[in-house]
Amino acid sequence: MTECKPLLQLNGVSKTFADNTVLDDLDLTIYDGEFLTLLGPSGCGKTTVLRIIAGFEQEDQGQVLLDQQNIAILKAEHRPVNTVFQSYALFPHMTVYDNIAFGLIMHKVPKAEIDGRVMEALRMVRLEDFAKRKPHQLSGGQQQRVAIARAVVNRPRLLLLDESLSALDYKLRQEMQVELKRLQRQLNITFVYVTHDQEEALSMSDRIVVMHKGKVQQIGTPREIYETPVNLFVARFIGEINQFDGQVTRRIDDNHVEVIAEGAEWVVQTDYPFAADDKVHILLRPEDIRITKPESDDEKIHMDGHIHECNYKGKTMDSYIRLSTGTTVIASEFFDEDDPDYDYRLGQKVAIEWFTGWEVVLPYEQSI
Amino acid sequence: MNNQFNQFRFWAIGLATSWLALFVLVPSLMVLVTSFLTRDADFLIQYEFSLAGWKSVLDPSFVSLLWDSLFMSVVTAAVCLLIAYPFSMCLMGLPKRWRGVILFLLIVPFWTNSLVRIYAIQFLLGKKGMINQVLQFVGLIDKPLDMLYSQFAVIFGLSYILLPFMILPIYSSMEKLDFKLLEAAKDLGANATSRLLRITLPLTLPGILAGCLMVVLPAMGMFFVADLLGGSKHSLLGNVIKNQFIQTRDWPFGAALSVLMILLLSFMLWLYYRATKMSNRSGGLNDSNF
Repeated sequence: MTECKPLLQLNGVSKTFADNTVLDDLDLTIYDGEFLTLLGPSGCGKTTVLRIIAGFEQEDQGQVLLDQQNIAILKAEHRPVNTVFQSYALFPHMTVYDNIAFGLIMHKVPKAEIDGRVMEALRMVRLEDFAKRKPHQLSGGQQQRVAIARAVVNRPRLLLLDESLSALDYKLRQEMQVELKRLQRQLNITFVYVTHDQEEALSMSDRIVVMHKGKVQQIGTPREIYETPVNLFVARFIGEINQFDGQVTRRIDDNHVEVIAEGAEWVVQTDYPFAADDKVHILLRPEDIRITKPESDDEKIHMDGHIHECNYKGKTMDSYIRLSTGTTVIASEFFDEDDPDYDYRLGQKVAIEWFTGWEVVLPYEQSI
Repeated sequence: MNNQFNQFRFWAIGLATSWLALFVLVPSLMVLVTSFLTRDADFLIQYEFSLAGWKSVLDPSFVSLLWDSLFMSVVTAAVCLLIAYPFSMCLMGLPKRWRGVILFLLIVPFWTNSLVRIYAIQFLLGKKGMINQVLQFVGLIDKPLDMLYSQFAVIFGLSYILLPFMILPIYSSMEKLDFKLLEAAKDLGANATSRLLRITLPLTLPGILAGCLMVVLPAMGMFFVADLLGGSKHSLLGNVIKNQFIQTRDWPFGAALSVLMILLLSFMLWLYYRATKMSNRSGGLNDSNF
């Protein structure tokens, strides 16, 4: 990633629709050749970022730089950027072939070249036999692939995908995720993908931009976002997480502090410069929590409770444990039918534990 | 409840069906039969088979008249289309609540009888009419223009009366057009002209066809417009039919003309039906299926 040069930069971009601030002083750099995902709940401004890059919306403030050049004056039809729309927006009165050739004709590509490029694009999305069909004669997944072919055939610098898989069913969506990844590697085009589906974001992206209320919350690799969220919003939005509120009692060394939470003293690992009396949030992924018998083990942080609810998820078993303090904790374990320990009765007394260092400690946030 | 509903359905559909049978189907059949009967000076028709009425249809002088009528109707449709299409596009650019107001204003003139409105146009176009007076006052012309009793006046009147019938179907087809498609075209490099020619126009073709249908057919029958604005020289098919029944008293010929008009109408409806059936399936028309 480090040797990549910036392709597109948003510098302090703001956008307001009738008193509603959709983007608030947003900075974002997109590198050449990466698969970047804008992730956030609906209304967080991610689609607006895409529309500003495509040229469908004009930013109120800030700059959009493509190869260091300001492209504010460039109309949408002149930008080297193509979009795959959420609804596909295939031209219903044209065949698949004509849909894909449309951009090439508009850019006055020589006739002799068009046929080869359209057929190549069709091969790429494995729809060679469907060239003469009309969009309404195709399934949702096939329409999706036509929409992708219609965009990439123009060899854009940047391909924008607006929740492009959300209309497909689960199985097809997973296939298309793999397909998109393959296409992106094969074409070496920069993809900017917008989604509210965190699972999709984690599995496809080189980098994820988590957005909320028109601001970037965190930018990082899927692993960084998942394992070291920088705030409560990111932690809660990506995956499931257990949250404990506590207070620092003393510092132990450079990266360990002692906190009091759930009525117990915990030693936790953190890089934040917390001092005594600071309020903190301690976050733990369900899969980092182990359920054990209620006997103490000094090596690990250890709390007693009872099984409140069990959810069989196929691959995993999600157990809801009500601690003696009243807090409910979710623990997710790989389901192993041969292990007698994994079969919990409701109400069974258990303990939870985890290794120091697996938790994420964040400064206390008000009003979330 | 269900039984009540069935009864209601029986009466509602039955009433409408018998109404149509009695006042549309039976008279139409009478017209059809009349067209094959013999003309009679005293009793209008004689119950004796004859093809005289249909022979008159093929008379060269009448064919040229029919051609004239068709020409005026088609020009009227073209004029309406040239006004209605840009008008509808501008309308689409307005906020939704304004569109409703403007469409309402478009309908308001219908509350006045069209005959009265054609008289008003007669006043406007006449030698001492408002248009000539204004042009003379401004000094653009020396003597009044001869506008009334011309083909121009007939087409002017027809276009005025029939314009809303062109606007409404075109507007409704534009409203159905997915705005995302225009955005996609823009994204793929299409400028405003290409977007109009390659996306908007083909996808609103059903509306254009419906509008043309709703203008051409009535335009051929509006005899009072030709009577008041065209004088004796510029007749529509409607005038000829009216004259056969009221003045010339050649009922078989008039009936044959009416049948001809019904056939023409059916043919155009069939064309339209085919066109919209295609577009319902594919969302638009193109040269390969029309």
